[in-house]
Amino acid sequence: MTQSCGKLLLDAVRTPAMAVTLDLRSWDDLLRLARRANLISRLAEGIDQAGVLNKLPAPVRPHLIAASALAQHQRRAVIWETRHIGTALSALGIPIVLLKGAAYSMAGLQAATGRLYGDVDILVPATRINEVEAALMLHGWSAGHVDAYDNRYYRRWMHELPPMVNIKRGTVVDVHHNILPLTARNHPSAEKLLAASLALPEAPFHVLSPCDMVIHCATHLFHEGELNNGLRDLFDLDALVQEYAENDASFWTTLPERAKELDLEWPLRLAFRYLERFLGTRIPEQAKTSVKQSPILASLRDVMYLPGFLPDHPLCSGYRSFLARGLLYLRGHYLRMPLRLLAWHLGRKAFIRLYKNKSRSC
Amino acid sequence: MKEETAVVVGDLSLQQLHDALKQGVFAVRTGPLLFRIQSDFEDVARSIHALYSGHPCQIAPEFSDFHVEVRAPLNLRRWFRPQAEFFIDGEPPFEPLPRDQAPALLEWGMNWTIAASCHQWFTLHAASLERDGLAVILPAPPGSGKSTLCAALALRGWRLLSDELTLLDPNSLCANALARPINLKNASIDLMRKFAPTAIWSPESYDTQKGRVAHLCPPVDSVRRMADKAEPRWVVFPKYVPDADPLLTPRSKTQTFMPLAENAFNYGTLGEPGFDAIARLLDQCSCYDFIYSRLEDALEVFEWLAATSGLNAQGQQSSAEAQ
Repeated sequence: MTQSCGKLLLDAVRTPAMAVTLDLRSWDDLLRLARRANLISRLAEGIDQAGVLNKLPAPVRPHLIAASALAQHQRRAVIWETRHIGTALSALGIPIVLLKGAAYSMAGLQAATGRLYGDVDILVPATRINEVEAALMLHGWSAGHVDAYDNRYYRRWMHELPPMVNIKRGTVVDVHHNILPLTARNHPSAEKLLAASLALPEAPFHVLSPCDMVIHCATHLFHEGELNNGLRDLFDLDALVQEYAENDASFWTTLPERAKELDLEWPLRLAFRYLERFLGTRIPEQAKTSVKQSPILASLRDVMYLPGFLPDHPLCSGYRSFLARGLLYLRGHYLRMPLRLLAWHLGRKAFIRLYKNKSRSC
Repeated sequence: MKEETAVVVGDLSLQQLHDALKQGVFAVRTGPLLFRIQSDFEDVARSIHALYSGHPCQIAPEFSDFHVEVRAPLNLRRWFRPQAEFFIDGEPPFEPLPRDQAPALLEWGMNWTIAASCHQWFTLHAASLERDGLAVILPAPPGSGKSTLCAALALRGWRLLSDELTLLDPNSLCANALARPINLKNASIDLMRKFAPTAIWSPESYDTQKGRVAHLCPPVDSVRRMADKAEPRWVVFPKYVPDADPLLTPRSKTQTFMPLAENAFNYGTLGEPGFDAIARLLDQCSCYDFIYSRLEDALEVFEWLAATSGLNAQGQQSSAEAQ
């Protein structure tokens, strides 16, 4: 069941035209898995683009129409929101680098197809972060209800400010000064990322260079303690590398070099491994060998990632995925901070949760 | 769509229903949607058995629109001050509630599911009822007496489409019927018990976020005809005011636009088609404010409203009738 449920979802999102061959019972599973993996809109827009919506069973169509409507709305909304952020920050005269979903949308990349968004992420120079925060606050964003501990945690250890919520629209912007926490084991240079970033025609925005965008997506994905959006991020990566490789013949040689330069080879290595494994992405041998790792380590990681990437849905959950999720959670935290700090942080979190549960009125 | 077998929930014994719910194979049709429900809880089974007795049901259908579950959380709250939690596709969209509110939680969870996912329709937070193929839409904030009025009308000559969620096809603007149980709160419960002594109810839940709540079984005819859509003809904003005499006042359409948009769950999500749907809806509907305190008065006013259906939205006789 586990294997087949993953295959059903992956095949359908990768090759939407094959969806016409599915029977109703498979659709019953597919829609649920796609919803859980945050891939339903990508599936819906893929089916739209393949022009096969009308060939699908009648009970299925309304769900895909609804998911397409949601994706279109989110695309409009992210552009609208980004414009507001631009207005708020334009006076500072610094390049605002859009990250992840907002970057894919604003740069008009394939990866934006059917993508659903949480919040807008931006990267700014660490030396200017106070000005950015102040400018956002003047335009209606604030850190909302963050307690003193969390506030200090963010400002002392993390690579971003506490999420800033817009008072009118309820939208969230995450302001980063780097792509990994200060406490993480790897220390990519934010200056290098900023220096290589490319201006979009629509000022004041920049996006990361093609290689950096791929490396950032991979770094983010493989530092996560939970993979709720894991498959979605893999599909993002797949779309990015395919589009970039098509436009630039040297992409596959520069990508590993750049990863080495940023001290982020291992996330790229894992990205290659699981892109091939799950999505069948074609990655040239020479790119793979330049970031090779020992087969033993690789198979150890597979214990976590092979079940971990599948949707956390009753249809494909079992003790293996439960175990994998637990390991991923620990690993995500382990990568983000030293053990002593981690023990203190997790201990406090557990204590707070216990306390909150007790006081919850019912 | 395949013709469904005419088995209704009432054809199953309580035990059969409970077993099917436990195995997660039970599915019930509510208007255009088929919900597959899983729950071990006996009170959930009893509530479904009472409230959905006339609704078509299926065992392990090939396809269901949504798979939902109500169960105990996987932590100490299973035993200690027990709770119930609502899941859709293995994910709980909101916080658990005390265990005895499980049947109400299922109803609210189903509402949430529709409001959050069904952008194939223009979804309004409004009650709607039908008479002679025409629908009246009652949008209003909580506390305005919308559900009470809806229940009274549904029990006296109007066909219940929905007490909470009005689902309009964005092209034809026709209103779909859900024919789900009507959620009533606090004093409304006692009022409706007096109004309709023979009606069937869910057990009452106390101390919920909304106070004391109970669900009223939808009238048999509404359930039987839940596949029939209706064409919106009136938009009425009801308001319960203690001791008030009934007062129905026309509203300008321009001033009705924004309140309708605010009561829509997916006005923003639909974007231009949402704007367009409200504009066309207002073109074909007469709009009113309605203040009332006594249900008898309200029924009389709505009878009058139904009698004006020959008039077009501008309040003039339609040309067919004039000739």
